[in-house]
Amino acid sequence: MSMYIAKSRSIAARALDGEMIIMSTSDSMLFTLNEVATEIWLAADGRTPLSQIVQDKVCAKFEAEPEAAYADAEDLCRRLADYGILVISDQPIESAR
Amino acid sequence: MIPGSIVEIGGIPVLLGVQDRALLEFIDKRYAAYLTTKPSAEPFELTVTVTPDGGVYQGNQVRVEWREGRWLLEVFDSRAEWFSGSGRGWLRQSAAFPESIDAVLRVLHSILLAPQGGCLLHAASAVRNGRAFVFTGVSGAGKSTLAGLAPPDVVLLTDEISHIRSVDGVYRAFGTPFAGDLGVAGKNISAPLEALYLLAKGPENRIEPLSRKQAVNALMRNILFFAKDPKLSEALFETACRIAACVPAYRLVFTPTPEVWEMIG
Repeated sequence: MSMYIAKSRSIAARALDGEMIIMSTSDSMLFTLNEVATEIWLAADGRTPLSQIVQDKVCAKFEAEPEAAYADAEDLCRRLADYGILVISDQPIESAR
Repeated sequence: MIPGSIVEIGGIPVLLGVQDRALLEFIDKRYAAYLTTKPSAEPFELTVTVTPDGGVYQGNQVRVEWREGRWLLEVFDSRAEWFSGSGRGWLRQSAAFPESIDAVLRVLHSILLAPQGGCLLHAASAVRNGRAFVFTGVSGAGKSTLAGLAPPDVVLLTDEISHIRSVDGVYRAFGTPFAGDLGVAGKNISAPLEALYLLAKGPENRIEPLSRKQAVNALMRNILFFAKDPKLSEALFETACRIAACVPAYRLVFTPTPEVWEMIG
């Protein structure tokens, strides 16, 4: 089953030194993403399957092994979704910005 | 304009409309260096009423909430409403705790600064050689200690609450009357912000650079942040990112001796 990811509307995010720092505007919690997580975050458009994002943005740029990279990415996305800063779905996300 | 005293902090004048003589005397003494009869802009207006019970709330928490087009503030025995659209509000407090107005002014300035890209920061700050240095950290990190060790050529802006905002594209630190353990108001001047230091006490004096991400984290932990309001949160986050992008930040580990100031400025 495909996973689709989109940025939550309840966040503010800025790139600093090539990495993202994200704040949940609902509780002001801060998150800093490393380079790989930043690539996934930037590609979270709600339309591109996570598998495609991992292939294009992670494996291609960081020479990662696809299966392990996907497992790590899925874990990351679920954790970010738990904090309410990422939306995940098994279908494209229409309301993604 | 209502009668009262105009207190201008960081170029933001607030007219405190007060009838109560004792409270007026308190204000004139507490904010002596910040009183003006020629404000730099049209003052915001806060009408202050002293009543036996004040605004009734008696807790120690500062409670701030945005509701139906106005800010609701409750601090100690005081209660206030602030209407951002008109730049006016009212405050009710008791005669027993004149200091309540100080807490309300801190909240008010944090609200007024946010849309201007500024903030109040838990930080000591000082001017040396025409440049401002800000020392932030949680309670006990050493803000007042460091301020108390400052040599004579250093002008203190505050030992507790720093006022930072951008003027013509340059971040400046302004003096504030908001005092910490030193118990003295800062000098009512400002200077371009040269560096931000995150304080930690340690066995030796040393300075370590912080990444911009670390600087944003340090700023967000120490910006005065009273309301759980998404728009305000986002504005302050943007401010923290902008400051971190243009002001170098360091961790300053220090022992409480005057030598630490040899590393500053």
